[in-house]
Amino acid sequence: MTGSETDEDRKRREERELRAAWEVPTGWRYFSNVNNQIVGVWYTAASFFFFLFAGVLALIMRAQLAVPDNDLVPAGTYNQLYTLHGTMMMFLFAVPIFEAVAILILPQMLAARDLPFPRLSAFGFWCFLIGGVFVGGSILFDAAPDSGWFMYPPLATDTKQTGIGADIWLLGLSFIEIASIAAAVELIVGVLKCRPPGMRINLMPLYCWYVLIVGGMILFAFPPLIAGDILFEMQRLFDWPFFDVARGGDPVLWQHLFWIFGHPEVYIIFLPSIALLAMIVPTFAQRPILGYGWIVLAAVGTGFLSFGLWAHHMFTIGLPALSIGFFSAASEAVAIPTGVQIFVFVATLLAGRVIFAIPMLYATGALAIFTFGGLTGVMVALAPFDWQAHDSYFVVAHLHYTLIGGMFFPLIAGVYYFHPFITGRMLSERLGRWSFWLMFCGFNIAFLPMHITGLRGMPRRVYTYQEGLGWEGLNLVSTLGAFVMAAGILVLVVDVLRPGKPRAPRNPWNAGTLEWVAGDPSEPWGIRSVPLVSSRYPLWDQKNLIDDIDTGRFFLPGAPEGQRETMVTDVLDATPEQVLRVPGNSFKPMIAALLIGGSFIATTFHGWWLGLASGVAGVVAILVWLWTGTARIPEKPTTDAGMGIALPLYASGPTSVGWWAMFITMVGDGTAFLSLIFAYFYYWTVHAAFPPEGSALPDLALGMAAGIATLAAWALMLAARRLNATGRATATRLALALAALLALAGGGLLLAAPWNAGLSPTRHVYDAMVWVLAIWTALHNTAGALMQGYCLAGSLAGRLTATHDIDLRNVVLYWHFAALTMAATLAVLLLAPLTM
Amino acid sequence: MLFRRDTANMWTLITPPTVWALHFLFCYVAAAIVCAKDPSWLPGLRLAIAGATLLALGLILLAGLQAHRHWGFGDDLPPHDEATDEDRQHFLGFATLLLVGLSAVAVLFGALPALFITECVR
Repeated sequence: MTGSETDEDRKRREERELRAAWEVPTGWRYFSNVNNQIVGVWYTAASFFFFLFAGVLALIMRAQLAVPDNDLVPAGTYNQLYTLHGTMMMFLFAVPIFEAVAILILPQMLAARDLPFPRLSAFGFWCFLIGGVFVGGSILFDAAPDSGWFMYPPLATDTKQTGIGADIWLLGLSFIEIASIAAAVELIVGVLKCRPPGMRINLMPLYCWYVLIVGGMILFAFPPLIAGDILFEMQRLFDWPFFDVARGGDPVLWQHLFWIFGHPEVYIIFLPSIALLAMIVPTFAQRPILGYGWIVLAAVGTGFLSFGLWAHHMFTIGLPALSIGFFSAASEAVAIPTGVQIFVFVATLLAGRVIFAIPMLYATGALAIFTFGGLTGVMVALAPFDWQAHDSYFVVAHLHYTLIGGMFFPLIAGVYYFHPFITGRMLSERLGRWSFWLMFCGFNIAFLPMHITGLRGMPRRVYTYQEGLGWEGLNLVSTLGAFVMAAGILVLVVDVLRPGKPRAPRNPWNAGTLEWVAGDPSEPWGIRSVPLVSSRYPLWDQKNLIDDIDTGRFFLPGAPEGQRETMVTDVLDATPEQVLRVPGNSFKPMIAALLIGGSFIATTFHGWWLGLASGVAGVVAILVWLWTGTARIPEKPTTDAGMGIALPLYASGPTSVGWWAMFITMVGDGTAFLSLIFAYFYYWTVHAAFPPEGSALPDLALGMAAGIATLAAWALMLAARRLNATGRATATRLALALAALLALAGGGLLLAAPWNAGLSPTRHVYDAMVWVLAIWTALHNTAGALMQGYCLAGSLAGRLTATHDIDLRNVVLYWHFAALTMAATLAVLLLAPLTM
Repeated sequence: MLFRRDTANMWTLITPPTVWALHFLFCYVAAAIVCAKDPSWLPGLRLAIAGATLLALGLILLAGLQAHRHWGFGDDLPPHDEATDEDRQHFLGFATLLLVGLSAVAVLFGALPALFITECVR
């Protein structure tokens, strides 16, 4: 700052400032951390722990199946084992590890100091941990879910045949799904808005492309499951007959909602792992990827096509032949983009001079296994073949080949590749080879024979089998293989945990992307200064880059105000737009997660009042967190961002990250709502008349009144935004207060519409469907009123002003969606019956 | 061109697969309704799917012409990795063009069942 400061003094001062701003707290306060470098490690470790736990469950199952008529575990326990194995591997390992790894490496890859909402990441992590322990721990109390990881009704809705486990599954996982959506919001905004200056969309590392696509997929895939969970849990807790045929319900609806989630989920798992290969392959080929645009094609194409496959899990339930044809065709089509990625990798390897280090070994193993699994996938995508193989061990073999080849092996390649980046230490080459060959051989020994076991007729999920069916030898081999693979995983765990590993040099693999700038991982600031990027592989192409970053010659070299700051840039060209101050460490996200988690857990055990109290306390905790940590008015409008440019510290509307987060969240919310609408019309297709003859219809006048009140609330929000922008604070406050009252009135009137007409949700699925749509919409009005009240309080407290209006702009955006939700609900509840 | 967009962006990139998604959704929903409510409408449905397919392919073709323009009519070949406005535009055009191909194939795949399957049988 001072004229007489030498370069060396400046550097030391800046480092001191950064270290102070990004300090990692010690002692018990360590757990208040929200820095991506720390939360990412917790997240990864927790999901890997759940993986090991679920792996042990698999070993117990394999031990049970090793010989015929075995009685190691009883049938009931076996049901819990396979249900929890699938559930944990999918929901507690495969999806979360993507979020964990992305939170860990994405900011560094983008030379960002952190993601835009660090506390949201921490909140997501705590939700995940609480939900995961709750779901996983249930088996220790003999209370685990036991009807298979896709929970088909009518078995799973039958509270006599399935105990508390099904509720634990539904509520525990719903809670984790919220965490997943939170992570998706964070990662999408991170990729779009937090790239370093100059990193245009055509220069983005391929990993970022995948993260972007997968984030988008999560937004469209998880909400249908959340909608399904709501219907399912309403049936289990309150006997609303969504899946009860006797009262008009249909179990097949659950299958649709589950697999609309479930199939894209396979790709949600697969793409981020392939993304790791897209980083590893160029590094070890020591050349840029061949066919960058083709990878983008593959990622985007797979992302879309994967939504047209869901019914291929339902080929045997009696769908019309024509419908089966559509899904079969899409299932074949998705092989095209999937194959393109593999060819791109192979071409890059052929064109480069490959160094066969351990990550590369795993990468090639992954390609071999995944290709095999992909080929059996093309087989089961054909309905006539699937009819034979369905629910047999052939399918078990197929899915493990795709998931272990497509997800697990690339992930372990990533573990070896990124270990020095995360810990500063190298893993052992020798142990790595042992671990790879044990895993690779063990996997194939375990799962290759299962194709034949399946074709010989062994169904999945049986706890034992008789002698003489030709399954004994194959099962024994599979069990041996499973333990060999487990030994490989054990070697990996030992290698990761053992002390005294050699220190890693900086950029040990000579990679080209920015995450490898990080030298000593104990420095908490992420990157010393944010560089100007002009290449896809800046470390290979931009001369003197590391030195310039280290000496602070780029953006944000210090933290003179002691604040945590990162760059916000525009979507296409990464032109600098804002210096974003990200919030620091806090226990608030953890407290909010504990309280919200508490409400889910209490509800599972029918502790209604405790659940309600915990939920309300959770909402209050979130409000406190938002009030104290977000949308703070900076002490000056602009700041020196370095390299001679000044940037604003505050942004609102579409240039701000908060607006994008709201938009993305509401897209997910809208998808869940559309899933409920889908359910309504699904019932229409399975009934001769829907609403059925003689059903009472919701009260028309009350419904119309609800619509008018909500529309008025929305219009007043538009007025409030305009009034606030012109500085008329009192009028703004009046508009907000009136809007909140109208919103609440609208919600109340909407609930009165079915109430007044005497619709009873336990009578028939029509009544239940009307109620669920009305409650969903009324809740949106209530949440909207809460936000309006928050803005009102902000205006009164002087934190919402004419120029600092991010909260108001975001709430207006919310209200666009809330008004649309009300309009659609009324159209379905009031208008649709007239036309049917 | 399409929506008068001179600059390729993330929306133009996802236009072709979005057309596929809408086409797919139409085929699935229409077939589900016809087969559930009154299978005698099936011939009409198959014609409707043929029409929807032509429409979808037409839209994808338009998106393709636009992408070809954004790509610079193929004058500049990949990798499009320069830090310039031009290369960003060419890259997005090229990637969109690839998606045009995939989406067109996927739309045709989706239409084939309606061409060959003449009844709703379960």
